[in-house]
Amino acid sequence: MAMTAETIRVWYAVHKWTSLISTLFLLMLCITGLPLIFYHEIDHALGHAVEPPERPGVTTAASLDAIVSAAEARRPGLVTQFVSRDPEEPEAWYVSLAQRVDAPEPDAFDMYDARTGEYLHDYPLEQGFMYVLYRLHLDMYAGLPGTLFLGAMGLLLVASLVSGAVVYGPFMAKLRFGTVRRGRSARLEWLDLHNLLGIATLVWVLVVGFTGVINTLSIPIFAQWQNTELAAMAAATAGDTGNAAGAAGTPSVERAVAAARAALPDAEVSFVAFPGNPFATASHFTVFMQGDTPLTSKLLTPVLVHATTGELTAVGRMPWYVSALLLSQPLHFGDYGGLPLKILWALLDLIAIVVLGSGVYLWVKKRNVSITERLAALAGRADEADYLPELRQESGT
Amino acid sequence: MRRRLTAAEVWRWPLALGAVSALGLGTALVSDSVGDLIAWLALSVPVAVSVWYGARRTSG
Repeated sequence: MAMTAETIRVWYAVHKWTSLISTLFLLMLCITGLPLIFYHEIDHALGHAVEPPERPGVTTAASLDAIVSAAEARRPGLVTQFVSRDPEEPEAWYVSLAQRVDAPEPDAFDMYDARTGEYLHDYPLEQGFMYVLYRLHLDMYAGLPGTLFLGAMGLLLVASLVSGAVVYGPFMAKLRFGTVRRGRSARLEWLDLHNLLGIATLVWVLVVGFTGVINTLSIPIFAQWQNTELAAMAAATAGDTGNAAGAAGTPSVERAVAAARAALPDAEVSFVAFPGNPFATASHFTVFMQGDTPLTSKLLTPVLVHATTGELTAVGRMPWYVSALLLSQPLHFGDYGGLPLKILWALLDLIAIVVLGSGVYLWVKKRNVSITERLAALAGRADEADYLPELRQESGT
Repeated sequence: MRRRLTAAEVWRWPLALGAVSALGLGTALVSDSVGDLIAWLALSVPVAVSVWYGARRTSG
């Protein structure tokens, strides 16, 4: 099953060119991604985010309607787009507000006490160094085209990893695993390190890279769901009497959440989209429920509740492509196994940076291959030549 | 000149590392306490292999 020299040359060319095009962006992604692994911890350390206060003995639950009213009163000119919570922090509700319910980005993200309804904290949106890193990592401040461009770089990474793994075989045909030849030439040492670290982290980089690509499609994926399945759910309810009768009533998010909880007693509320938001309909709240097992807690079930009648309209099912996106998030962020997993994510990211950097170094050095090495390759003496098909190719053998 | 290694010899360790990494990435997703622990141990393996062989001062 040995590959012909020509096959190796083609795979090597794929590895070289996919890497050359993407490396600068991948280095940027690895470097900005490193602190982003600890975004949550850094936010808390800097005081951008706070823990809900301890309230021993307090078992009350504040009305969500009261929290939303208080949040809108506190923010004149803004309306509520979403309320959200973290099931691991049930003492808090977060209210996202914007000038329009369908605005693409919120203008405020306020934390309220879920027990007392008290205002707790105002998360500083779009500020600080971490936000700069986040935007560079997300879209390089270029919006959706920037995100999609980085997704394309991620696809090149996948091609580079696959082709790199293919040429690993011939490169390592005479070397025991883990061999790093020291003291011969710096280039040889870095070539061995590049191969060792690249193959050792291959699956992790492949998974983080590919799930990153899926994450870049987040906006189109949700748009597809909104335009097809959510639109169909809304259309199916268009003739309901509730729509006409409810026009006079007062919308209640508290009632919507209660209806969703009653329909799915084993699930937890993740977030609620308000009527008029692209994640809801003009006359419904969508309560997004998450499961109570480690795996299903990453997935969402949309529950449509009529805003003014409180009538449960539909319990939907997310299509496979939304579930794929939702599972890609933890696999990309590394935030699903506690702090030790985040630390491992950071260490693997640092190794990936060495692989990328050594790849650039090897390319630069190859462009300046010494005449001695070329002669050695021509004469077929130095065993270096066996591990450098590109050198053989250049020397015409 | 050194002897050529068989494909099995070349790919034994890379395949094992890939399988262990995939296991670690998966277990934390489906199980919290035990799954997290397995993930920590499993994903420590590629890190440890990188550091061990990367730092070793021997020539091949």
